[in-house]
Amino acid sequence: MLLEVKNLKKYFPVGHKKLLRAVDDVTLSIEKGETLGLVGESGCGKSTLGRTVIGLYEPTDGQILFEGKDVTHLKGKERKEFSKNIQMIFQDPYASLNPRMTVSDIIGEGLDIHKIYKGEARQKRIFELLDLVGLSQEHASRFPHEFSGGQRQRIGIARALAIEPKLIICDEPISALDVSIQAQVVNLLEDLQKELGLTYLFIAHDLAMVEHISDRIAVMYLGALVEMAPAEELMRNPLHPYTKALLSAVPFADPVASRARRRIKLEGEVPSPIAIQGGCKFQTRCPHCTESCKSQNPALKEVRPGHFVACLNDQAIGET
Amino acid sequence: MSESKEKQPLLKIDDLHVSFLTYAGKVQAVRGVSLSMQEGEILAIVGESGCGKSVTAQTILQLNPSPPSVVEGGSIELEGRNLLQLDDAKMRAIRGHEISMIFQDPMTSLNPTMRIGKQIMEAILKHQKVTKKEAYDRAVEMLRLVGLSNPEQRMKQYPFEFSGGMRQRAMIAMALVCRPKILIADEPTTALDVTIQSQIVDLMLDLRQKLKTAILIITHDMGVVADIADRVAVMYAGVIVEKGDVKEIFFHPKHPYTWGLLDSIPRPDTHGERLIPIEGAPPDLIAPPKGCPFAARCDYAMKICHEQMPEITAEGDHEVRCWLCHEFAPKVVNRYTEGKEG
Repeated sequence: MLLEVKNLKKYFPVGHKKLLRAVDDVTLSIEKGETLGLVGESGCGKSTLGRTVIGLYEPTDGQILFEGKDVTHLKGKERKEFSKNIQMIFQDPYASLNPRMTVSDIIGEGLDIHKIYKGEARQKRIFELLDLVGLSQEHASRFPHEFSGGQRQRIGIARALAIEPKLIICDEPISALDVSIQAQVVNLLEDLQKELGLTYLFIAHDLAMVEHISDRIAVMYLGALVEMAPAEELMRNPLHPYTKALLSAVPFADPVASRARRRIKLEGEVPSPIAIQGGCKFQTRCPHCTESCKSQNPALKEVRPGHFVACLNDQAIGET
Repeated sequence: MSESKEKQPLLKIDDLHVSFLTYAGKVQAVRGVSLSMQEGEILAIVGESGCGKSVTAQTILQLNPSPPSVVEGGSIELEGRNLLQLDDAKMRAIRGHEISMIFQDPMTSLNPTMRIGKQIMEAILKHQKVTKKEAYDRAVEMLRLVGLSNPEQRMKQYPFEFSGGMRQRAMIAMALVCRPKILIADEPTTALDVTIQSQIVDLMLDLRQKLKTAILIITHDMGVVADIADRVAVMYAGVIVEKGDVKEIFFHPKHPYTWGLLDSIPRPDTHGERLIPIEGAPPDLIAPPKGCPFAARCDYAMKICHEQMPEITAEGDHEVRCWLCHEFAPKVVNRYTEGKEG
């Protein structure tokens, strides 16, 4: 296992003794060379999970293991040394690049911090990276505003690759791009994975794209994992009522089949992550909610090889 | 075109040209767009950012400040009246009354310091001679129609107390409370989660049924288009490259750009295969190419494509602006043209 996350919790204090439970008891693992897709609606905690794993947030509780080593509370030198292993690609290619730095300095910043390459070797490495992400050497001296959204995202990818990380956390890397450009970036990410043996945690809300790029998919709702399975298995046989509803809401590019699809409509809205009652987090909107759902917190259990679901009634809901 | 044998369209845009004057030069955002809408019809304009789809929609209501925007030619007719010739006062009477608009981000279009109820009533009181009581009743009725529970309670709330989906519903209520003939929806679902997005799509379909409102929806999401539209216009670099019935566009598209758009979306049956992106980027509209704007990125581009803007080829309602549809052009074989010759 490259990355193991065990019972990870991240709570934010929000005024008078209240806690926002952004990530609440999440356990998952990613193997080397794999892409794990993490989906869920806005506010479900998927970005917080990614940011906690990379160390931008200090976890409230739980453990993060990287290559078997506990990296949950690293500080100072150790943290700096470890941070070479994980890099991040952000959603907004306009906000995530410093407008006052040249492309060369943006990409080279990591190299300088970790003192990996110097002088001519540094320049060579930057050209190499630009080449790798499909930009050219003459782009190195330009500033971010001279690039389109897709090109900026390529710069962001080059920056993430600079210090040869093992794991890249892609936080909605394509949501801000146009459809035809999205495909360019996804292809690039896939090529780089093959070439460099990278591992991705791919956070997104576009289910079709997540299915395309991921080996396995994990679904989050209100801070918790509700289901995790190999990509095709999850798309074909979703077991959790939330996953079923989520998948049924996605339209597809076929005006006949898309209009004819059976939709599971959810009542109400996602409750606030501040005042969560006990029991299953989905109880307020679940069409199959029973008495026990209100008191018992369902654990993630393996129902088929590799297919995990956190639902007390998954058997009863069965193959509907 | 065979418009004459049909009844007069509700909205008719003819050869619209809109440019923006900037320091770098004149950006030709819309370069000869023609569209028409019938009563109760849902027309989707799809295209990528910067293709001119929003500018087209905003020009209908003259929402683009001038300068920098200049309408350089064409006409926009609402039931025979040319909107481009109306003065400001007459235009104000049309906005929100005969044509309404909703936007991508409902939070920035609602007034955060005003109760929802007051904002909706304002729209009624502005355009119609009714008492406050009547306006209140109609606002409550409208909130109920867009699916908000406890409408009397909601009237007293402020926008920050609403979730994203509720805000979009409130926006739609405000836009439709005067029963406009046309609703322009500029990326109405883009900022929403998929489950909320499908609710809003359902709501718009339902309201079209109940109120007979024609909807002009602008989006880049082909899935939403497939769910909601009756007809589709595909825009690229300020030009409509293809338009037609929604089934025609999805099942028998003829323009290489439409092929590219449809190909670049992952489909369930292509799992594990490489996606087919459209390589390159759209042209700079300060100096648009003199030929077909898509030629530089088109796999099928011929010599003439770079030299001359293609003419419109029509087959019934399905219109395409591509030299490949010319009778002398070589026949292209791909998954969109297979088994559909002659």
